[in-house]
Amino acid sequence: MIEHEVTIRNRAGLHTRPAAAIVKLAAKFKSEFFIEKDGFQINGKSIIGVMTLAAEQGSTLLVRFDGPDEIEAYQAIAALFESGFGEPL
Amino acid sequence: MDQRMKQEMKLKGIPASPGIAIGPVFLFRKHEPIILVRSIAADEVDQEIERLQNAVERSKKELTKVFEFAEQKLGTEQSKIFEAQLLILEDIVLFDEVYHRLKRERKNAEYLLRNEMEKYHQLMTASKDEYARERADDLLDVENRILRNLEEQKLVSKIDGSHIIISHNLAAADTLIFSRNDVLAYVTELGGATSHMALLARALKIPAVVGVHQLSLLVQTNDQIIVDGYSGNVVLHPSSETLSYYEKKNTEYHVFEEALAPLRDLPAETLDGHRIKLAANIELEEELEFIKLQGADGIGLYRTESLLLGKEVFPSEEEQYEVYHRIAESVFPKQAILRTFDIGGDKFMTQAMKENNPFLGWRGIRVMLDKPQIFLDQLRALLRASTLKNLAIMVPMVTSIKEVKLAKQLIAQAKDDLRAHKIPFDEKLRLGIMIEVPAAAVIADHLAREVSFLSIGTNDLIQYLLAVDRGNDIVSDLFQEFHPAVIRFLRRIIERGKQEHAWVGMCGQMAGNPLATILLVGLGLDEFSVVPNILPEIKKIIRSIHFTEAQHVAEHVLTLRSEDEIKAFLTNVMKNKFPDIPIG
Repeated sequence: MIEHEVTIRNRAGLHTRPAAAIVKLAAKFKSEFFIEKDGFQINGKSIIGVMTLAAEQGSTLLVRFDGPDEIEAYQAIAALFESGFGEPL
Repeated sequence: MDQRMKQEMKLKGIPASPGIAIGPVFLFRKHEPIILVRSIAADEVDQEIERLQNAVERSKKELTKVFEFAEQKLGTEQSKIFEAQLLILEDIVLFDEVYHRLKRERKNAEYLLRNEMEKYHQLMTASKDEYARERADDLLDVENRILRNLEEQKLVSKIDGSHIIISHNLAAADTLIFSRNDVLAYVTELGGATSHMALLARALKIPAVVGVHQLSLLVQTNDQIIVDGYSGNVVLHPSSETLSYYEKKNTEYHVFEEALAPLRDLPAETLDGHRIKLAANIELEEELEFIKLQGADGIGLYRTESLLLGKEVFPSEEEQYEVYHRIAESVFPKQAILRTFDIGGDKFMTQAMKENNPFLGWRGIRVMLDKPQIFLDQLRALLRASTLKNLAIMVPMVTSIKEVKLAKQLIAQAKDDLRAHKIPFDEKLRLGIMIEVPAAAVIADHLAREVSFLSIGTNDLIQYLLAVDRGNDIVSDLFQEFHPAVIRFLRRIIERGKQEHAWVGMCGQMAGNPLATILLVGLGLDEFSVVPNILPEIKKIIRSIHFTEAQHVAEHVLTLRSEDEIKAFLTNVMKNKFPDIPIG
């Protein structure tokens, strides 16, 4: 299992479009994927769950991966967060 | 059918997109499901699961179509919202839970789906996040789509023959989808002239009227109606006389429009050589070619908030720059006035916080001064696009000198940013303000000293001055462009502005009302900015009068004491001078 903190870098925060990007990317991996914020945990492969996370620019989230491709999954998702979802920072 | 119901009936709405349409109604009712709890027998569980699966599959097919069509019409960026809705339909966590509960609790699919989705809905609406409400709306849209498909009701989007679409409200997606049919006009019960539907209708060149209260209770599909997108009138069950009147009016408009074509390249100048700047209001880039055809002297109002159409985040500086730059290039060497984001009120951005009086709330420059980062992005984009030296910036909803000074500080800051990065811009980029709040009109002289120009936004100014909400049918007939108080106010703004060497324009609906043209010229208005369709007609009026004559008309109007008297007088002047211009 891999557990790591990621930061929301884009100005608009975790709104619908980034949520869709995360879920689409996560679906490519077999590992389980959870996101935790302020003690509230959701399944990272569920768009409706990710959409309930209110995460503004600068806030940190805990991402957790568990499964056969957990390293690759973590690297891919972390890179997506790091890029600010390709939106203005 | 009751004979009484078939009698002719005239209703008044707000004109949203010009043109006259006559034809049969298609009444579109958005599905509003009522969900009851029902128990499922043990041997019916599999069947119920299959029913839900089928409904989800049908919903996916529908949304895929909407998504593809939106991509074509609006572009990839703005269609992303529908992609997220599609992902919701594939959400394993949500549907696993619904299926699981269905087996365990043996309740109907509708109830369990709504119950599960409501949990997420509540989490979203409880959040303080600015976008949370929009997300919650997306969710609700998906939920309603599945529920409708569970009832095996078809999505109504294909219509045989030409129709006038009537609906309580039309979402952007619905407007787009319907436009694939032969739509003669759109009419909604809700909405303002700046709603998404109105913007799209104008882009698609389909007549539209909004704010026709309770219309759907009065008409049925295939009833004959007339929609006048110039005046906002809607006539139900028209008599043969009314029909021929509107048919004649429609032909007159076409004939008149053709007759106006030769005026295209001539200036808007009175017979005695008084020159008026006659510019166009535009909302969408697609209108740029059209305004050239109409012979506009540049753009008097480009509403930058149209860039937010279908978006959930503010466009980046770069995205904005590209649009502003294209506009500047397109109109060059003519001028374009770009108005900074006018959001709030009834426009575009929904906020987490619901305001009791949005029109008296957080809107226009108030929002931008509270969100300096967004404002600075826009200002930098505008400045960068100004290198051809033909742009001006206009700020909406100003009520005080302090706001103008703060806006100027931010402009100075944006200029410093650009200088630091050695990015070129027009050092002399002009700044103007909208006069649309009575307070601004009262201190017009002070404000005019701070800026290069004033532009009167009559729609809001009249609404605030007369304390009448145009969208409220009960009082909307009290919204009077020709109320003596309005005319006095206009005179005051124009006089005070010009005394301080600012030029004074008007970009509200009144500028495009032919009945007001002579009066406004006479009051000394320097610039008219009007919807492109009406522009040639206004030009013809200006080119057919003497300035001195217009001044006399204005002087006389200022002595009249009621809107009725003023309108009667102006109508008489127009009828004598322009028997061929269709008015009202």
